[in-house]
Amino acid sequence: MNYDKLFLATLPITMLEAAALLVLVVDLAFLRRASLALRNTSAVLLGLSGCVAGLWALLWAPAEKAVWGYSLPGSHELLLNNMFFSGAAQSGILLLTALTMLFLVGSSFTRHVGEYVAVVLMAAAGGLIISAAQDLLVIFIGLELLSLCLYILTAFQKSSARATEAALKYYLFGGMSAAFLLFGFSYFYGLGGSTNLAVIQSTIAHNGPSPMLYVAWVLVATGLGFKVAAVPFHLWAPDTYEGAPAPAVAFIASVSKVASFSLLLTLATNWIQASYCSMTANPHEGMMHGSMGSMDMSGGMAGCVCPPMRIPSQFVLVLVAMAALSMVIGNLAALAQTSVRRLLAYSAIAHAGYILVGIAYTSPDAVTYYALTYGLTSIGSFGVVSVVEQATGSDRLDSFLGLSKKNPLIASILLVLLLSLAGIPPLVGFWSKFNLFAAVLKLNAGVLPFALIAVAIAMSAVSLYYYLQVLKAAWVSPAADDRPVKAGVLNTLVLMVIALAVLALGCFPAALEGWIRSFYPMM
Amino acid sequence: MLAFTIYLSFAGALVSALLPGSRPAVARWWALLVSGTSLALAVAGFSQGMGQGRVVLVDVLWVPSMGIHYMLAADGISRVLVLLTGLAAVAGVLFSWNIDLRTNQFFAFYLALIGGVFGVFLSGDLFLFFVFYEIAIVPKYFLIAIWGSTRREYGAMKLALYSFVGSAMVLVGLLASYANTGSHSTTLDALAAAHLPLAFQMWCFPLVFVGFAILAGMWPFHTWAPTGHVAAPTAASMLLAGVVMKLGAYGCLRVGIGLYPHGLDPWGFTLLGLGSWRDVFALLAVIGIVYGALVALAQTDFKFVIGYSSVSHMGFVLLGLVTLNQIGVTGAVLQMFSHGVIAGLLFGIVGRIVYERTHTRQLAELETMHLGRRLPFAAWAFVIAGMASMGLPGFSGFVAELQVIVGSWRANPWWTAAAGVGIIVGVAYTWRALQKAFFADGIPHLHSHDREHGFAAITWPEATGVALLGLTSLAVGLYPRILLDTIEPAVKTLLAGGAQ
Repeated sequence: MNYDKLFLATLPITMLEAAALLVLVVDLAFLRRASLALRNTSAVLLGLSGCVAGLWALLWAPAEKAVWGYSLPGSHELLLNNMFFSGAAQSGILLLTALTMLFLVGSSFTRHVGEYVAVVLMAAAGGLIISAAQDLLVIFIGLELLSLCLYILTAFQKSSARATEAALKYYLFGGMSAAFLLFGFSYFYGLGGSTNLAVIQSTIAHNGPSPMLYVAWVLVATGLGFKVAAVPFHLWAPDTYEGAPAPAVAFIASVSKVASFSLLLTLATNWIQASYCSMTANPHEGMMHGSMGSMDMSGGMAGCVCPPMRIPSQFVLVLVAMAALSMVIGNLAALAQTSVRRLLAYSAIAHAGYILVGIAYTSPDAVTYYALTYGLTSIGSFGVVSVVEQATGSDRLDSFLGLSKKNPLIASILLVLLLSLAGIPPLVGFWSKFNLFAAVLKLNAGVLPFALIAVAIAMSAVSLYYYLQVLKAAWVSPAADDRPVKAGVLNTLVLMVIALAVLALGCFPAALEGWIRSFYPMM
Repeated sequence: MLAFTIYLSFAGALVSALLPGSRPAVARWWALLVSGTSLALAVAGFSQGMGQGRVVLVDVLWVPSMGIHYMLAADGISRVLVLLTGLAAVAGVLFSWNIDLRTNQFFAFYLALIGGVFGVFLSGDLFLFFVFYEIAIVPKYFLIAIWGSTRREYGAMKLALYSFVGSAMVLVGLLASYANTGSHSTTLDALAAAHLPLAFQMWCFPLVFVGFAILAGMWPFHTWAPTGHVAAPTAASMLLAGVVMKLGAYGCLRVGIGLYPHGLDPWGFTLLGLGSWRDVFALLAVIGIVYGALVALAQTDFKFVIGYSSVSHMGFVLLGLVTLNQIGVTGAVLQMFSHGVIAGLLFGIVGRIVYERTHTRQLAELETMHLGRRLPFAAWAFVIAGMASMGLPGFSGFVAELQVIVGSWRANPWWTAAAGVGIIVGVAYTWRALQKAFFADGIPHLHSHDREHGFAAITWPEATGVALLGLTSLAVGLYPRILLDTIEPAVKTLLAGGAQ
């Protein structure tokens, strides 16, 4: 693979990085004396254009979609798989990043807006890399890029002791989990003799199962369980969600989650993707041309004996355990919270549990659907929380009292978003749950998945209680004071768009689903 | 035409939310206009549908990958229940004419609830059914928690969680059935035609049936009902008892019995004299009838009497359903209609006409107020409603309960004997409440100042609401064929296991 092809294939990531540098330069060189509002706006605009350019490069640019590496002469190994399987997650990462950046306008938690936007863009680039990576080293590089940026984002409000504490906790847990992950990867390398997922997979399949595989999967699950905040690796989440600045939390709760779940999917289903890509493209002739339409699905698959979609059983066990624990502990712990940020953190843990069920039973499109819509909804929820915080100075349940009187529009948006998180139709949260559970049950894989689904549904009934607690404060209880809750025009507009999207996607679930499915040609 | 009842209600809810909060009268008239139009549509749909079988109103593929249809269909059972919803909606608006707090929001939640209920009764697709069913749950919480009275936040949360747990059970069952049929359509017809395996029906049926029956107030899962009814504002109690409990019963019939017809087959062994789910649910229904009536007899709060009587009357519906014979199921559907009208009337009288004037619901305090003389309209309205509730001939309750009794006699005479006890106790508690609340003239005044000021006159919305519901019950009681002719063919096809 020559360098101009490499450049084309990594164009979305390059776009983000270029935008990040541009933001820094512009902020530093031209806007040193400008007002904070102007610097905010210009940084956000540049950041947005970076995301849009990335999206263009990803979906429409006639470019290479895969990056191949050569470890030995004559062999080729897939490093990045930019379009199939990961395209939906990657587009989602770019869109959600753009949304979280919009909340920066009008916020005043930092004066270093240029740096903030640059770090967000780099984190998003890390997210793009891990959701497409097919090689252990590339995965690790992307993951570290993402994680380091997230630690910085958490600590961005330098004047806040809580933010610093949260960042330190996040960093210590994160560093530890990265060590676990790397240790697990080293086992894979030892067992598979390569860093390429497809090669590892085929070597292991050839050599037969080894007890070391259990160790490897447990270590990997430890590392990634931390990223997605699955029990028992969730302890950082409530503190980070509570301490970090709201736009950073929105980013951690959405983009980082989407990317990490996409990575988990890759690990769970890597050889399916790898075999698909090696069938549809011959790297020596450089035929992996991007646009979806040019791919002749039927021709490509004709000679393929499709193996059943099954992921390593060792990994399934670990995932199932994490999923069950996350659903139960996340939902039960959320019941006792009085801080809405912590409540949303525990609810995020619970949602991670639902998604892990989908990963354990290999429903990539349903998992992506869930992660994307959950990311969208949680960005909106944190947007509302930050509006309330700016007005009242706190995120306790008490500060939501009488919100329906103080700001009916924001209260209605909160109603839509939280009911969607609780899984009430016709909002998108219902369909993402329903889609995921139906996909898992359709496999008819026996009693275990059915029991997990039953637990998941029972736990969503529990979750209604704590979401209703917030809505009760906002809608039922009278206001404790008459301080107004004002939101900026742009903030309100973005929140309204999110709420309407949650409603519209819920009423017409087929649109998003069809789009996501188009990235999974084997379904 | 019936489909527009749904759209109209949701659009009405949206508009109502946007109406100015400072002008309650606008919201009231708007709600009356919307619900009145819905009622007109329901009546038109009902009369149009006479003599017709099941009609598919809309059928669009909604989620192609899962075979989910946006399918609305109406058969005789749906038409009758849509009519009931229309009546209850109009009466509810009339009885909440005095709501001044956040009136626009009240009617927004109210109309959203009504829209969901219309949707459930008209759904021809299992998942559309579930979607509407869930939509109906959320507004109830807010209606009770914001505008309710006694322990309203507790009652509202209890009701919401019971409903949601019930619907979670239903969802598990539905997902399992969906996965099990492997069919490419989730319409009720397609799923019924898929003939689910017998063993599967045996465990899935009770799950779905109980899930729905929680909302129908089946003993021992009824405890949300009295607290919810008492906590709710009058219109919400009317809807709760009048139509929301019917959602549960309708789900038991349409989904439970419609999709899992063999779920009621004998197990092949007997345990404590029970040989099938049918025996189990009949037993629970009979316990509900007798228990609800006995507990109603012991209540000191007027509204609790009505609340427990609802549990008792809904027991008849469930008993009728599990008879699985033509006459019993027809009776159950008629009882749904009849109880919806009568419970609405009773709650309207107790919660609105009496409570808004006396500010107490304690029978002991009402005893001293001589309401029979001072509120003759309320007293006589309650006499009529009470007679209807007791099941006196000439009212809808009589025809309905008679059919259930006859049906259950054919299925198992013992059930009938027990249910008969419930009817007798029903006479007793209604009589007791009537006598204590309105005609206890022997007891001297405790509150001498009450003599000084009279009660406010009956307003036109109150009088209209009472007339609407009372006359409906009377009309159906005198000429039951008007509903039976529509219900019977629909029940026949449903029991034959053919098209839904």
